[in-house]
Amino acid sequence: MHKNWWKITAALLVLYSIVGGFLFEVPRLPILNETIRNMYFHIPMWFTMTFLYLVSVIYSIKYLNSGNENHDLVAVESVNVGIICCFIGLATGMIWAKFTWGDYWTNDPKLNGSAISTLMYLAFLVLRSSINEEQKRAKISAIYNIFAFPIMIVLIFVLPRLTDSLHPGNGGNPGFSNYDLDNKMRLVFYPAVIGWILLCTWIVTLRYRIRLIENRTNQID
Amino acid sequence: MKKIITLIVFLFTSTILFAQEADVEMADEFRKSGKIYVVIAVATILFLSFIVYLFSIDKRLKKIENKK
Repeated sequence: MHKNWWKITAALLVLYSIVGGFLFEVPRLPILNETIRNMYFHIPMWFTMTFLYLVSVIYSIKYLNSGNENHDLVAVESVNVGIICCFIGLATGMIWAKFTWGDYWTNDPKLNGSAISTLMYLAFLVLRSSINEEQKRAKISAIYNIFAFPIMIVLIFVLPRLTDSLHPGNGGNPGFSNYDLDNKMRLVFYPAVIGWILLCTWIVTLRYRIRLIENRTNQID
Repeated sequence: MKKIITLIVFLFTSTILFAQEADVEMADEFRKSGKIYVVIAVATILFLSFIVYLFSIDKRLKKIENKK
């Protein structure tokens, strides 16, 4: 049980964000209305994705240093779970966009940037599955990963800020931090982010442990 | 200790002090009717069951790990 405390913390934090996200008071804003509560659910997905991709790139660098194939496994599984967060983020963002911007997909730099980076990470997984030799696969995909991560950051977090964008926090459009300076939303938002990050890290560790067992059984054969 | 208590008091009073703009449409009626609690109950059950499920997967995996 003492090893599971962070998993329970993750569950409690997300649970708190679900209850608080529905119940607590939020700023009254036109157009957004109650959908501002999506902030507690949509944005943590992207934060979690970025965090997992960061973990992945760290383990890719570690792999190149050490040649330990377990580091490679952590890198892959982080991307595998990160990409799920990314798809959930895209789907929830599209629903939100439909009801506030009027369309599922506006050709907004933020949306297009995130679409391109999604494809980039899908390409990472395709690249891996196309190489049979293990060490070669690990090395090439680690190098690809190191290039992909900064490009993802630039596409999602830098370029949209330089142009006009509908998405909050970009191109002269203030982020929600300007609205919730009363800290009421932060009280739910930050626990939600931390909770989802911990929860998805847990799923990564599960997948990593499955991979380890698979590797061991393969070696016996 | 005194400082912390005054800090907490200020934190909570500051949230009450914020004036509301009543002309923006929000789900006030919905919340007043109490039905939002049903949604919260559903979301909570859904989330908790997935957590329990995750824990059971974790446990099962641990068993397999120990066997080897």
